[in-house]
Amino acid sequence: MSKLLVNDKEIVVPGEVLAEGMDNLPGIGTYRDGDKILGGRLGLTNIDGRTIKLIPLSGKYAPKTGDTIICKVIDINFSGWRVDTNSAYSAMLSIKDATSSYIQKGADLTQYYNLGEYIVANITNVTSQKLIDISMRGPGLHKLKGGRIIEVSPYKVPRIIGKQGSMVSMLKQATGCKIVVGQNGLVWIEGDPDKELLVEKAIRKIEHESHLSGLTDSIKKFLEKETGTKLGD
Amino acid sequence: MVYKKRLNNRGFEETRPMEAKVGVIKRADGSAYFKFGNTWAYAAVYGPRNLYPKFLQDPSKGILRCNYNMMPFSSSSERVRPGSSRRAKEISMVTEKALLPVLNLEEYPNSVVDVFIELPETEAGSRTAGINAAAMALADAGLLMKDLVCAVSVGRVDDKLLVDLDYSEESYEDGPVADIPIAVMPNSNKITLLQTDGLISKEQLKKVIEMGKDACNKVYAVQKKALKDKYNIKGDIDV
Repeated sequence: MSKLLVNDKEIVVPGEVLAEGMDNLPGIGTYRDGDKILGGRLGLTNIDGRTIKLIPLSGKYAPKTGDTIICKVIDINFSGWRVDTNSAYSAMLSIKDATSSYIQKGADLTQYYNLGEYIVANITNVTSQKLIDISMRGPGLHKLKGGRIIEVSPYKVPRIIGKQGSMVSMLKQATGCKIVVGQNGLVWIEGDPDKELLVEKAIRKIEHESHLSGLTDSIKKFLEKETGTKLGD
Repeated sequence: MVYKKRLNNRGFEETRPMEAKVGVIKRADGSAYFKFGNTWAYAAVYGPRNLYPKFLQDPSKGILRCNYNMMPFSSSSERVRPGSSRRAKEISMVTEKALLPVLNLEEYPNSVVDVFIELPETEAGSRTAGINAAAMALADAGLLMKDLVCAVSVGRVDDKLLVDLDYSEESYEDGPVADIPIAVMPNSNKITLLQTDGLISKEQLKKVIEMGKDACNKVYAVQKKALKDKYNIKGDIDV
């Protein structure tokens, strides 16, 4: 006799029994022990048919192939650049993936990306040993000049972007700032200094209220109040 | 004199009042505090993060580093002096070993998870409060874990078996005393820490461990509630 012991969208702690019997399947973040399915981390349950999975709510960024991230150049060697990814592991940007144009052998690599500079890059590969390869070839991947970087929880990034980028477009429209949101929880903002601070304030508000419904409306009201202008749809 | 009744009117199987909260240190990746009466432990978790010097790295799994520290003003006894001591080192080590069985560190090769346990107030049972706080902080840091860890001290004073000894019981002078900190994984009911200081018979030990396991379930309920309270904010959640 199989039994599901949790509801959808319920918060569970590690080791909590989610289901008994063999009718359900353990998804990401859960594990099976005997005929039980248990939680393998702190997370939110997501029941999809027979599969139970856990959506993480906290923690450091875990690098994933295909993610667009913001990273900082920390070292330069013969084959390319080493960058910090705001996770436990650094990533490698090789010369051939660095620009869309050809880089001559023996060229001075600092003229492309120098130490301490931030770039937007795409993760192309993550190995089992967490060696990360990134690429700068693709639309929207570039070096970040000026502006400021703020750190947010990587699990709140989907909220900051919004459905089809609605939230971030609204922020851009209201403040006139350029904004890039990295999936690793780093956000780059560039514009008028006052407006940069306003974007940061709005993002902190999004982080704080991310679980509430009507988030877009509440942020819209906040931006309208702060800027004193009416926002279109 | 025979120890008939606990000095603070507690039942023999009753712990001191427990209190826990998660997410108390903003800059940490995970944090929590746990109180057993006047014993108060804070835990902060950082990581998984880069591990240097490089020779400490393990390519097959991440490592766990625990650091237990009683703050210099936390108690009036002789042992509290600023900085590390042989005792603090030993407790750091047993805490690490008590927590390791629940962590899936294979997912974090070459990295380290740092756990800092600080005790602003102590009155016996500090390592168990520290383990309880650390287990919650590790879960809060979003690490992959099989289970939580719950710890409590049990023991004997004179001919009575009891749970969660306080300082007056640990230092009872009119009869033999044993102080036995234990840590349990609540879902599998396996023991991850068992130390003994004092004299106790085999039968008594067996019985007192069972009492400890029951008490650990009460600790587990407190930990679970604290973890859920941090994230279970009213309102509908959509993912």
